Amino acid sequence: MRAYVPGYEMLAPKALDEALGLLAASPETLTPIAGGTDLMVLFECGRLPEGRYLSLWQLDELRGIDITDEFVTLGALTTYRDVRDHPLLQAEFPMLCAAAAESGAIAIQNRGTLGGNIINASPAADSPPALLAYDAEIELVKKGGARWVPYRGFHLDYKVMDKEPGELLRRVRLPRRKDEASWTHFYRKVGTRRYQAISKVCFAGLAQLDSKGAIKVVRIGLASVAPTVLAAVETETALIGQTPSAKLAAQARAAMAKDVTPIDDIRSTAEYRRHVSINLAGAFVDTLSG
Amino acid sequence: MADPKPANANKAAGPKTKAVKAATSGSSKSKAKPSATATGKIPMTLSVNGKSLKVEAFPMARLLDVLRESLDLTGTKEGCGEGECGACSVFMDGRLVNSCLVPVLQATTAKIVTIEGVADGNKLQPIQETFITEGGAQCGICTPGMILAAIALLKKHPQPTDAQIREGLSGNLCRCTGYMKIFDSVRVAAERALANEGASTP
Ligand SMILES: Cc1cc2nc3c(=O)[nH]c(=O)nc-3n(C[C@H](O)[C@H](O)[C@H](O)COP(=O)(O)OP(=O)(O)OC[C@H]3O[C@@H](n4cnc5c(N)ncnc54)[C@H](O)[C@@H]3O)c2cc1C
Ligand code: FES
Ligand code: FES
Repeated sequence: MRAYVPGYEMLAPKALDEALGLLAASPETLTPIAGGTDLMVLFECGRLPEGRYLSLWQLDELRGIDITDEFVTLGALTTYRDVRDHPLLQAEFPMLCAAAAESGAIAIQNRGTLGGNIINASPAADSPPALLAYDAEIELVKKGGARWVPYRGFHLDYKVMDKEPGELLRRVRLPRRKDEASWTHFYRKVGTRRYQAISKVCFAGLAQLDSKGAIKVVRIGLASVAPTVLAAVETETALIGQTPSAKLAAQARAAMAKDVTPIDDIRSTAEYRRHVSINLAGAFVDTLSG
Repeated sequence: MADPKPANANKAAGPKTKAVKAATSGSSKSKAKPSATATGKIPMTLSVNGKSLKVEAFPMARLLDVLRESLDLTGTKEGCGEGECGACSVFMDGRLVNSCLVPVLQATTAKIVTIEGVADGNKLQPIQETFITEGGAQCGICTPGMILAAIALLKKHPQPTDAQIREGLSGNLCRCTGYMKIFDSVRVAAERALANEGASTP
Protein backbone atom coordinates (compact mmCIF):
# COMPACT_ATOMS: atom_id res chain seq x y z
CA MET A 1 0.00 0.00 0.00
CA ARG A 2 1.41 3.32 -1.11
CA ALA A 3 1.43 6.51 0.88
CA TYR A 4 -1.12 9.25 0.16
CA VAL A 5 1.27 11.93 -1.10
CA PRO A 6 -0.88 15.01 -0.52
CA GLY A 7 -0.96 14.10 3.17
CA TYR A 8 2.66 15.15 3.63
CA GLU A 9 3.95 18.65 4.02
CA MET A 10 7.64 19.45 3.92
CA LEU A 11 9.56 22.46 5.09
CA ALA A 12 13.09 23.08 3.86
CA PRO A 13 14.65 25.96 5.80
CA LYS A 14 17.98 27.29 4.55
CA ALA A 15 19.60 27.79 7.94
CA LEU A 16 19.92 25.76 11.14
CA ASP A 17 18.55 28.61 13.27
CA GLU A 18 15.42 28.68 11.18
CA ALA A 19 15.07 24.91 11.44
CA LEU A 20 15.41 25.04 15.22
CA GLY A 21 12.79 27.79 15.38
CA LEU A 22 10.35 25.67 13.39
CA LEU A 23 11.04 22.70 15.64
CA ALA A 24 10.56 24.80 18.77
CA ALA A 25 7.17 25.90 17.47
CA SER A 26 5.98 22.32 16.92
CA PRO A 27 8.38 19.89 18.59
CA GLU A 28 5.90 17.00 18.64
CA THR A 29 4.53 17.30 15.12
CA LEU A 30 7.46 18.20 12.90
CA THR A 31 9.70 15.26 11.99
CA PRO A 32 13.20 15.73 10.57
CA ILE A 33 14.15 13.96 7.37
CA ALA A 34 17.80 13.79 6.32
CA GLY A 35 18.80 11.41 3.50
CA GLY A 36 15.41 9.68 3.70
CA THR A 37 16.86 6.18 3.34
CA ASP A 38 14.93 4.98 6.39
CA LEU A 39 11.86 7.22 6.21
CA MET A 40 11.21 6.91 2.46
CA VAL A 41 11.15 3.11 2.75
CA LEU A 42 8.30 3.51 5.23
CA PHE A 43 6.69 6.08 2.94
CA GLU A 44 6.75 3.66 0.03
CA CYS A 45 4.91 0.96 1.94
CA GLY A 46 2.40 3.37 3.45
CA ARG A 47 3.74 3.18 6.99
CA LEU A 48 5.12 6.70 7.32
CA PRO A 49 2.68 8.81 9.32
CA GLU A 50 1.19 11.66 7.33
CA GLY A 51 2.05 15.09 8.60
CA ARG A 52 4.77 17.67 8.55
CA TYR A 53 8.41 16.92 7.79
CA LEU A 54 11.47 19.10 8.14
CA SER A 55 14.09 18.55 5.47
CA LEU A 56 17.63 18.79 6.85
CA TRP A 57 19.43 17.81 3.62
CA GLN A 58 19.99 21.42 2.49
CA LEU A 59 21.47 22.54 5.86
CA ASP A 60 25.18 22.97 5.20
CA GLU A 61 25.73 23.71 8.89
CA LEU A 62 25.09 20.01 9.52
CA ARG A 63 27.74 18.90 7.01
CA GLY A 64 31.49 18.62 7.04
CA ILE A 65 34.24 16.78 8.88
CA ASP A 66 36.43 18.96 11.15
CA ILE A 67 39.74 17.89 12.59
CA THR A 68 41.52 19.23 15.66
CA ASP A 69 44.32 17.65 17.72
CA GLU A 70 41.76 16.24 20.10
CA PHE A 71 38.71 15.35 18.02
CA VAL A 72 37.36 14.47 14.63
CA THR A 73 33.90 16.05 14.44
CA LEU A 74 31.37 14.88 11.85
CA GLY A 75 28.23 16.83 10.95
CA ALA A 76 25.01 14.85 11.34
CA LEU A 77 24.52 14.91 7.55
CA THR A 78 27.87 13.20 6.94
CA THR A 79 27.05 10.38 4.55
CA TYR A 80 28.50 6.88 4.50
CA ARG A 81 30.28 7.91 1.32
CA ASP A 82 31.91 10.89 3.12
CA VAL A 83 33.02 8.58 5.94
CA ARG A 84 34.48 5.79 3.85
CA ASP A 85 36.37 8.16 1.54
CA HIS A 86 38.00 10.18 4.34
CA PRO A 87 41.74 9.49 4.69
CA LEU A 88 42.05 10.46 8.37
CA LEU A 89 39.01 8.40 9.32
CA GLN A 90 40.48 5.46 7.40
CA ALA A 91 43.73 5.80 9.34
CA GLU A 92 42.34 6.39 12.83
CA PHE A 93 38.76 5.09 12.83
CA PRO A 94 38.85 2.18 10.39
CA MET A 95 35.88 0.41 11.98
CA LEU A 96 33.61 3.35 11.24
CA CYS A 97 34.83 3.31 7.63
CA ALA A 98 34.26 -0.43 7.43
CA ALA A 99 30.72 0.02 8.73
CA ALA A 100 30.10 2.80 6.19
CA ALA A 101 31.52 0.75 3.32
CA GLU A 102 29.24 -2.17 4.19
CA SER A 103 26.04 -0.21 4.83
CA GLY A 104 23.71 -0.58 1.89
CA ALA A 105 25.31 -0.16 -1.53
CA ILE A 106 26.77 2.92 -3.23
CA ALA A 107 23.50 4.76 -3.84
CA ILE A 108 22.44 4.28 -0.21
CA GLN A 109 25.89 5.37 0.94
CA ASN A 110 25.52 8.60 -1.01
CA ARG A 111 22.34 9.54 0.86
CA GLY A 112 22.33 7.67 4.18
CA THR A 113 23.65 9.84 7.01
CA LEU A 114 25.35 9.15 10.30
CA GLY A 115 22.75 11.29 12.08
CA GLY A 116 19.90 9.35 10.50
CA ASN A 117 21.50 6.04 11.45
CA ILE A 118 21.78 7.15 15.09
CA ILE A 119 18.33 8.74 15.49
CA ASN A 120 16.51 6.01 13.57
CA ALA A 121 17.71 3.99 16.59
CA SER A 122 17.49 0.61 14.96
CA PRO A 123 19.15 -1.99 17.20
CA ALA A 124 20.56 -3.44 13.97
CA ALA A 125 22.24 -0.23 12.76
CA ASP A 126 25.83 -0.65 11.63
CA SER A 127 27.65 2.55 12.61
CA PRO A 128 26.73 2.54 16.33
CA PRO A 129 29.02 -0.38 17.30
CA ALA A 130 32.03 1.54 15.97
CA LEU A 131 30.78 4.79 17.54
CA LEU A 132 30.46 3.00 20.90
CA ALA A 133 33.91 1.45 20.60
CA TYR A 134 35.46 4.82 19.74
CA ASP A 135 33.70 6.58 22.67
CA ALA A 136 31.81 8.99 20.45
CA GLU A 137 30.03 12.01 21.89
CA ILE A 138 27.05 13.61 20.22
CA GLU A 139 25.75 17.15 20.25
CA LEU A 140 22.01 17.76 20.52
CA VAL A 141 20.72 21.22 19.72
CA LYS A 142 17.43 23.00 20.13
CA LYS A 143 16.41 26.63 19.98
CA GLY A 144 18.46 28.39 22.63
CA GLY A 145 20.50 25.41 23.76
CA ALA A 146 23.04 22.76 22.90
CA ARG A 147 24.47 19.85 24.87
CA TRP A 148 27.16 17.26 24.32
CA VAL A 149 26.41 13.79 25.66
CA PRO A 150 28.39 10.56 25.56
CA TYR A 151 26.92 8.26 22.90
CA ARG A 152 27.13 5.43 25.43
CA GLY A 153 23.96 5.91 27.37
CA PHE A 154 22.04 7.69 24.60
CA HIS A 155 19.87 4.72 23.65
CA LEU A 156 17.70 3.97 26.68
CA ASP A 157 15.43 1.24 25.34
CA TYR A 158 14.03 0.05 22.01
CA LYS A 159 13.69 3.29 20.00
CA VAL A 160 13.86 5.36 23.19
CA MET A 161 16.62 7.95 23.35
CA ASP A 162 17.91 10.61 25.70
CA LYS A 163 16.57 13.23 23.31
CA GLU A 164 13.83 15.78 23.74
CA PRO A 165 11.24 16.37 21.05
CA GLY A 166 12.46 19.32 19.02
CA GLU A 167 16.12 18.47 19.54
CA LEU A 168 18.25 17.85 16.49
CA LEU A 169 21.41 15.84 16.37
CA ARG A 170 23.96 18.33 15.15
CA ARG A 171 27.28 16.50 15.14
CA VAL A 172 29.24 13.55 16.40
CA ARG A 173 32.78 13.75 17.68
CA LEU A 174 35.37 11.06 18.10
CA PRO A 175 38.31 11.52 20.49
CA ARG A 176 41.61 10.94 18.67
CA ARG A 177 44.07 8.48 20.19
CA LYS A 178 47.84 8.69 20.34
CA ASP A 179 50.23 5.95 19.13
CA GLU A 180 47.93 4.54 16.46
CA ALA A 181 50.13 1.48 16.00
CA SER A 182 49.51 0.26 19.57
CA TRP A 183 45.75 -0.13 19.03
CA THR A 184 43.81 -3.11 17.70
CA HIS A 185 40.55 -2.53 15.80
CA PHE A 186 38.44 -5.65 15.36
CA TYR A 187 35.28 -5.22 13.25
CA ARG A 188 32.94 -7.93 12.00
CA LYS A 189 29.56 -7.54 10.29
CA VAL A 190 27.78 -10.85 10.01
CA GLY A 191 24.92 -10.79 7.50
CA THR A 192 23.44 -12.83 4.70
CA ARG A 193 25.13 -10.88 1.93
CA ARG A 194 28.11 -8.54 1.94
CA TYR A 195 26.24 -5.46 0.70
CA GLN A 196 22.71 -4.21 1.17
CA ALA A 197 22.03 -6.71 3.96
CA ILE A 198 21.04 -5.84 7.48
CA SER A 199 23.35 -7.34 10.09
CA LYS A 200 22.58 -10.44 12.08
CA VAL A 201 25.35 -9.36 14.43
CA CYS A 202 27.75 -6.45 14.14
CA PHE A 203 30.79 -6.30 16.46
CA ALA A 204 33.35 -3.52 16.91
CA GLY A 205 36.18 -4.02 19.41
CA LEU A 206 38.99 -1.58 20.19
CA ALA A 207 41.90 -2.31 22.53
CA GLN A 208 45.31 -1.11 23.55
CA LEU A 209 47.89 -3.19 25.39
CA ASP A 210 50.38 -1.67 27.84
CA SER A 211 54.15 -2.25 27.68
CA LYS A 212 53.76 -5.48 29.69
CA GLY A 213 51.12 -6.83 27.33
CA ALA A 214 48.12 -6.29 29.61
CA ILE A 215 44.92 -4.74 28.25
CA LYS A 216 45.03 -1.06 29.12
CA VAL A 217 41.94 0.13 27.25
CA VAL A 218 39.13 -1.96 25.79
CA ARG A 219 35.87 -0.86 24.21
CA ILE A 220 33.28 -3.11 22.56
CA GLY A 221 30.11 -2.12 20.71
CA LEU A 222 27.53 -4.49 19.21
CA ALA A 223 24.37 -4.33 17.15
CA SER A 224 21.46 -6.75 16.68
CA VAL A 225 22.00 -8.47 20.04
CA ALA A 226 19.71 -6.43 22.33
CA PRO A 227 16.76 -3.98 22.18
CA THR A 228 19.28 -1.21 21.48
CA VAL A 229 22.78 -1.11 20.12
CA LEU A 230 24.95 -2.19 23.01
CA ALA A 231 28.21 -1.42 24.79
CA ALA A 232 29.45 -4.79 26.08
CA VAL A 233 30.26 -3.55 29.57
CA GLU A 234 30.50 -7.00 31.23
CA THR A 235 33.00 -8.14 28.65
CA GLU A 236 35.01 -4.92 28.90
CA THR A 237 35.16 -5.32 32.69
CA ALA A 238 36.32 -8.93 32.37
CA LEU A 239 39.15 -7.90 30.04
CA ILE A 240 40.53 -4.70 31.49
CA GLY A 241 43.97 -5.12 33.10
CA GLN A 242 44.24 -8.76 31.98
CA THR A 243 46.78 -10.31 29.66
CA PRO A 244 45.29 -11.91 26.54
CA SER A 245 45.43 -15.72 26.63
CA ALA A 246 43.26 -18.70 25.82
CA LYS A 247 41.93 -18.54 29.37
CA LEU A 248 41.03 -14.88 29.00
CA ALA A 249 39.27 -15.64 25.71
CA ALA A 250 37.10 -18.14 27.59
CA GLN A 251 36.33 -15.50 30.22
CA ALA A 252 35.42 -13.01 27.49
CA ARG A 253 33.02 -15.56 26.01
CA ALA A 254 31.37 -16.12 29.38
CA ALA A 255 31.05 -12.38 29.98
CA MET A 256 29.60 -11.79 26.51
CA ALA A 257 26.90 -14.36 27.26
CA LYS A 258 25.79 -11.99 30.03
CA ASP A 259 25.97 -8.85 27.88
CA VAL A 260 23.67 -9.93 25.07
CA THR A 261 19.88 -10.41 25.10
CA PRO A 262 19.11 -11.17 21.45
CA ILE A 263 15.75 -12.00 19.93
CA ASP A 264 14.41 -14.12 17.07
CA ASP A 265 13.34 -12.14 14.02
CA ILE A 266 13.08 -12.49 10.26
CA ARG A 267 16.84 -12.15 9.82
CA SER A 268 18.09 -14.60 12.39
CA THR A 269 17.47 -16.42 15.65
CA ALA A 270 18.37 -15.42 19.19
CA GLU A 271 20.39 -18.62 19.54
CA TYR A 272 22.49 -17.91 16.46
CA ARG A 273 23.12 -14.31 17.49
CA ARG A 274 24.14 -15.38 20.97
CA HIS A 275 26.61 -17.92 19.54
CA VAL A 276 28.08 -15.48 17.06
CA SER A 277 28.57 -12.70 19.60
CA ILE A 278 30.21 -15.12 22.03
CA ASN A 279 32.50 -16.44 19.30
CA LEU A 280 33.40 -12.91 18.23
CA ALA A 281 34.32 -11.98 21.83
CA GLY A 282 36.66 -14.98 21.90
CA ALA A 283 38.10 -14.18 18.49
CA PHE A 284 38.71 -10.57 19.54
CA VAL A 285 40.82 -11.72 22.53
CA ASP A 286 42.63 -14.26 20.31
CA THR A 287 43.55 -11.40 17.98
CA LEU A 288 45.00 -9.47 20.92
CA SER A 289 47.19 -12.36 21.98
CA GLY A 290 48.56 -12.33 18.44
CA MET B 1 16.09 -0.87 6.35
CA ALA B 2 12.46 -1.80 6.66
CA ASP B 3 12.29 -0.75 10.24
CA PRO B 4 8.74 -0.31 11.45
CA LYS B 5 9.26 2.43 14.02
CA PRO B 6 11.29 5.54 13.24
CA ALA B 7 11.37 7.10 16.68
CA ASN B 8 10.46 10.62 15.73
CA ALA B 9 7.89 9.73 13.17
CA ASN B 10 6.14 7.80 15.89
CA LYS B 11 6.25 10.68 18.29
CA ALA B 12 4.80 12.88 15.62
CA ALA B 13 1.83 10.59 15.24
CA GLY B 14 1.33 9.58 18.83
CA PRO B 15 2.23 6.16 20.14
CA LYS B 16 0.91 4.13 17.19
CA THR B 17 1.84 4.41 13.57
CA LYS B 18 -1.16 5.97 11.93
CA ALA B 19 -2.66 4.09 9.01
CA VAL B 20 -1.98 5.85 5.76
CA LYS B 21 -4.59 6.10 3.04
CA ALA B 22 -3.63 4.22 -0.08
CA ALA B 23 -2.97 6.25 -3.17
CA THR B 24 -5.08 5.00 -6.04
CA SER B 25 -2.75 5.26 -8.99
CA GLY B 26 0.98 5.99 -8.77
CA SER B 27 1.70 8.28 -5.87
CA SER B 28 2.39 11.61 -7.55
CA LYS B 29 -0.78 11.30 -9.61
CA SER B 30 -3.08 10.98 -6.64
CA LYS B 31 -5.67 13.73 -6.59
CA ALA B 32 -5.35 16.27 -3.85
CA LYS B 33 -8.05 15.62 -1.29
CA PRO B 34 -8.46 17.97 1.63
CA SER B 35 -6.18 16.77 4.38
CA ALA B 36 -5.20 18.27 7.72
CA THR B 37 -1.70 19.12 6.61
CA ALA B 38 -1.85 19.14 2.84
CA THR B 39 -0.42 22.22 1.23
CA GLY B 40 -1.15 21.06 -2.27
CA LYS B 41 1.28 20.89 -5.13
CA ILE B 42 3.96 23.50 -5.14
CA PRO B 43 5.75 24.95 -8.16
CA MET B 44 9.43 24.05 -8.30
CA THR B 45 12.30 24.04 -10.74
CA LEU B 46 14.40 20.97 -11.33
CA SER B 47 17.71 20.89 -13.15
CA VAL B 48 17.59 17.69 -15.21
CA ASN B 49 20.16 16.71 -17.84
CA GLY B 50 21.35 20.29 -18.07
CA LYS B 51 17.87 21.75 -18.55
CA SER B 52 15.94 23.82 -16.09
CA LEU B 53 12.42 22.35 -15.91
CA LYS B 54 9.38 23.71 -14.12
CA VAL B 55 7.01 21.28 -12.43
CA GLU B 56 4.27 21.32 -9.84
CA ALA B 57 4.54 18.53 -7.36
CA PHE B 58 3.78 17.55 -3.80
CA PRO B 59 6.96 18.09 -1.79
CA MET B 60 7.11 14.46 -0.62
CA ALA B 61 6.47 13.01 -4.11
CA ARG B 62 9.28 10.65 -5.04
CA LEU B 63 11.77 12.10 -7.50
CA LEU B 64 11.23 8.86 -9.44
CA ASP B 65 7.54 9.62 -10.00
CA VAL B 66 8.12 13.24 -10.92
CA LEU B 67 10.73 12.23 -13.51
CA ARG B 68 8.57 9.54 -15.03
CA GLU B 69 5.10 11.02 -14.77
CA SER B 70 5.50 14.80 -14.81
CA LEU B 71 8.61 15.07 -16.98
CA ASP B 72 8.04 11.99 -19.17
CA LEU B 73 11.56 10.76 -18.51
CA THR B 74 10.62 7.11 -18.38
CA GLY B 75 14.14 5.78 -18.79
CA THR B 76 14.40 5.73 -15.01
CA LYS B 77 12.65 2.54 -13.87
CA GLU B 78 10.97 1.36 -10.72
CA GLY B 79 11.81 -2.08 -9.40
CA CYS B 80 11.35 -2.34 -5.68
CA GLY B 81 10.54 1.19 -4.55
CA GLU B 82 12.60 0.70 -1.41
CA GLY B 83 16.24 1.26 -2.19
CA GLU B 84 17.19 -2.34 -2.81
CA CYS B 85 17.32 -2.79 -6.58
CA GLY B 86 18.86 0.33 -8.16
CA ALA B 87 16.49 0.39 -11.18
CA CYS B 88 15.60 3.98 -10.25
CA SER B 89 19.22 5.22 -10.03
CA VAL B 90 19.98 8.79 -11.10
CA PHE B 91 22.82 11.17 -10.38
CA MET B 92 22.25 14.05 -7.97
CA ASP B 93 25.20 16.46 -8.06
CA GLY B 94 27.31 13.71 -9.57
CA ARG B 95 26.43 11.14 -6.91
CA LEU B 96 24.44 8.01 -7.63
CA VAL B 97 21.18 7.91 -5.64
CA ASN B 98 17.99 5.88 -5.63
CA SER B 99 15.32 8.27 -6.91
CA CYS B 100 12.60 6.20 -5.23
CA LEU B 101 13.95 7.36 -1.87
CA VAL B 102 14.33 11.06 -2.69
CA PRO B 103 11.49 13.44 -1.85
CA VAL B 104 11.39 15.76 -4.84
CA LEU B 105 11.70 18.90 -2.74
CA GLN B 106 15.20 17.74 -1.72
CA ALA B 107 16.16 17.46 -5.38
CA THR B 108 15.38 21.07 -6.26
CA THR B 109 18.83 22.22 -5.17
CA ALA B 110 20.69 19.55 -7.16
CA LYS B 111 21.83 18.93 -10.70
CA ILE B 112 20.10 15.74 -11.76
CA VAL B 113 21.27 13.44 -14.54
CA THR B 114 19.11 10.54 -15.70
CA ILE B 115 19.85 7.82 -18.25
CA GLU B 116 18.39 10.13 -20.93
CA GLY B 117 21.24 12.54 -20.24
CA VAL B 118 24.04 10.02 -20.69
CA ALA B 119 24.34 9.75 -24.48
CA ASP B 120 25.27 12.77 -26.53
CA GLY B 121 22.38 12.82 -29.00
CA ASN B 122 22.68 9.53 -30.85
CA LYS B 123 26.28 9.09 -29.81
CA LEU B 124 26.37 6.49 -27.07
CA GLN B 125 28.90 6.47 -24.26
CA PRO B 126 31.41 3.58 -24.39
CA ILE B 127 29.69 1.82 -21.47
CA GLN B 128 26.38 1.95 -23.32
CA GLU B 129 28.08 0.46 -26.40
CA THR B 130 29.54 -2.42 -24.43
CA PHE B 131 26.19 -3.24 -22.80
CA ILE B 132 25.04 -3.83 -26.38
CA THR B 133 28.10 -5.64 -27.70
CA GLU B 134 28.61 -7.84 -24.62
CA GLY B 135 24.92 -8.66 -24.09
CA GLY B 136 24.69 -6.79 -20.79
CA ALA B 137 21.00 -6.00 -21.31
CA GLN B 138 18.11 -8.41 -21.71
CA CYS B 139 14.68 -7.16 -20.63
CA GLY B 140 16.25 -3.79 -19.93
CA ILE B 141 14.55 -2.91 -16.67
CA CYS B 142 17.79 -2.88 -14.67
CA THR B 143 19.87 -1.45 -17.53
CA PRO B 144 19.51 2.31 -17.00
CA GLY B 145 20.45 1.90 -13.35
CA MET B 146 23.25 -0.53 -14.17
CA ILE B 147 24.74 1.90 -16.67
CA LEU B 148 24.61 4.81 -14.25
CA ALA B 149 26.14 2.67 -11.50
CA ALA B 150 28.82 1.53 -13.95
CA ILE B 151 29.57 5.16 -14.86
CA ALA B 152 29.93 6.01 -11.15
CA LEU B 153 32.19 2.98 -10.71
CA LEU B 154 34.42 3.78 -13.69
CA LYS B 155 34.74 7.37 -12.54
CA LYS B 156 36.06 6.16 -9.18
CA HIS B 157 38.04 3.16 -10.48
CA PRO B 158 38.79 3.59 -14.21
CA GLN B 159 40.39 0.12 -14.24
CA PRO B 160 38.27 -1.75 -11.72
CA THR B 161 39.14 -5.14 -10.28
CA ASP B 162 36.43 -7.81 -10.36
CA ALA B 163 35.78 -7.17 -6.68
CA GLN B 164 35.36 -3.45 -7.34
CA ILE B 165 32.91 -4.17 -10.16
CA ARG B 166 30.88 -6.40 -7.89
CA GLU B 167 30.86 -3.83 -5.13
CA GLY B 168 30.10 -0.95 -7.48
CA LEU B 169 27.08 -2.77 -8.88
CA SER B 170 25.99 -4.44 -5.64
CA GLY B 171 23.03 -2.08 -5.27
CA ASN B 172 21.67 -3.01 -8.71
CA LEU B 173 19.71 -6.20 -9.11
CA CYS B 174 19.14 -7.97 -12.42
CA ARG B 175 16.67 -10.78 -12.88
CA CYS B 176 17.71 -11.73 -16.40
CA THR B 177 21.39 -11.78 -17.21
CA GLY B 178 22.91 -13.60 -14.28
CA TYR B 179 25.29 -10.61 -14.00
CA MET B 180 28.25 -12.15 -15.85
CA LYS B 181 27.52 -10.30 -19.08
CA ILE B 182 27.01 -7.09 -17.15
CA PHE B 183 30.40 -7.52 -15.49
CA ASP B 184 31.87 -8.24 -18.95
CA SER B 185 30.31 -5.04 -20.30
CA VAL B 186 32.02 -3.02 -17.60
CA ARG B 187 35.32 -4.85 -18.02
CA VAL B 188 35.34 -4.36 -21.79
CA ALA B 189 34.47 -0.67 -21.44
CA ALA B 190 37.43 -0.26 -19.07
CA GLU B 191 39.74 -2.17 -21.46
CA ARG B 192 38.67 -0.03 -24.41
CA ALA B 193 39.21 3.15 -22.41
CA LEU B 194 42.71 1.95 -21.56
CA ALA B 195 43.44 1.02 -25.19
CA ASN B 196 42.20 4.43 -26.37
CA GLU B 197 44.35 6.15 -23.80
CA GLY B 198 47.35 4.14 -24.98
CA ALA B 199 46.57 5.07 -28.57
CA SER B 200 46.28 8.78 -27.85
CA THR B 201 49.28 9.14 -25.52
CA PRO B 202 52.57 8.69 -27.43
C1 LIG C 1 18.52 -0.68 0.76
C2 LIG C 1 18.93 -0.18 2.10
C3 LIG C 1 20.01 -0.73 2.75
C4 LIG C 1 20.40 -0.28 4.01
N1 LIG C 1 21.48 -0.88 4.59
C5 LIG C 1 21.85 -0.50 5.84
C6 LIG C 1 22.94 -1.14 6.49
O1 LIG C 1 23.59 -2.03 5.93
N2 LIG C 1 23.26 -0.74 7.75
C7 LIG C 1 22.57 0.25 8.38
O2 LIG C 1 22.89 0.57 9.53
N3 LIG C 1 21.53 0.88 7.79
C8 LIG C 1 21.16 0.52 6.54
N4 LIG C 1 20.07 1.13 5.94
C9 LIG C 1 19.30 2.13 6.68
C10 LIG C 1 19.63 3.60 6.44
O3 LIG C 1 20.27 3.77 5.19
C11 LIG C 1 20.53 4.18 7.53
O4 LIG C 1 19.95 4.03 8.79
C12 LIG C 1 20.84 5.67 7.27
O5 LIG C 1 21.97 6.04 8.02
C13 LIG C 1 19.69 6.59 7.61
O6 LIG C 1 20.08 7.93 7.36
P1 LIG C 1 19.13 8.94 6.59
O7 LIG C 1 19.77 10.26 6.64
O8 LIG C 1 18.79 8.41 5.27
O9 LIG C 1 17.85 8.88 7.56
P2 LIG C 1 16.35 9.43 7.39
O10 LIG C 1 15.51 8.38 6.78
O11 LIG C 1 16.34 10.77 6.78
O12 LIG C 1 15.98 9.59 8.93
C14 LIG C 1 16.01 8.49 9.84
C15 LIG C 1 15.53 8.94 11.22
O13 LIG C 1 16.44 9.85 11.81
C16 LIG C 1 15.83 11.11 12.09
N5 LIG C 1 16.88 12.09 11.82
C17 LIG C 1 17.73 12.10 10.75
N6 LIG C 1 18.67 13.04 10.91
C18 LIG C 1 18.42 13.64 12.11
C19 LIG C 1 19.07 14.68 12.85
N7 LIG C 1 20.18 15.28 12.40
N8 LIG C 1 18.56 15.05 14.04
C20 LIG C 1 17.44 14.44 14.53
N9 LIG C 1 16.80 13.45 13.88
C21 LIG C 1 17.29 13.04 12.69
C22 LIG C 1 14.60 11.15 11.24
O14 LIG C 1 13.60 11.95 11.81
C23 LIG C 1 14.21 9.69 11.19
O15 LIG C 1 13.51 9.33 12.37
C24 LIG C 1 19.68 0.74 4.65
C25 LIG C 1 18.58 1.32 4.00
C26 LIG C 1 18.19 0.88 2.75
C27 LIG C 1 17.02 1.49 2.06
S1 FES D 1 13.09 1.19 -7.32
FE1 FES D 1 14.47 2.44 -6.26
S2 FES D 1 15.94 1.02 -5.59
FE2 FES D 1 14.44 -0.27 -6.46
S1 FES E 1 18.12 -7.23 -17.99
FE1 FES E 1 16.23 -7.75 -17.10
S2 FES E 1 16.52 -7.18 -15.06
FE2 FES E 1 18.48 -6.97 -15.88
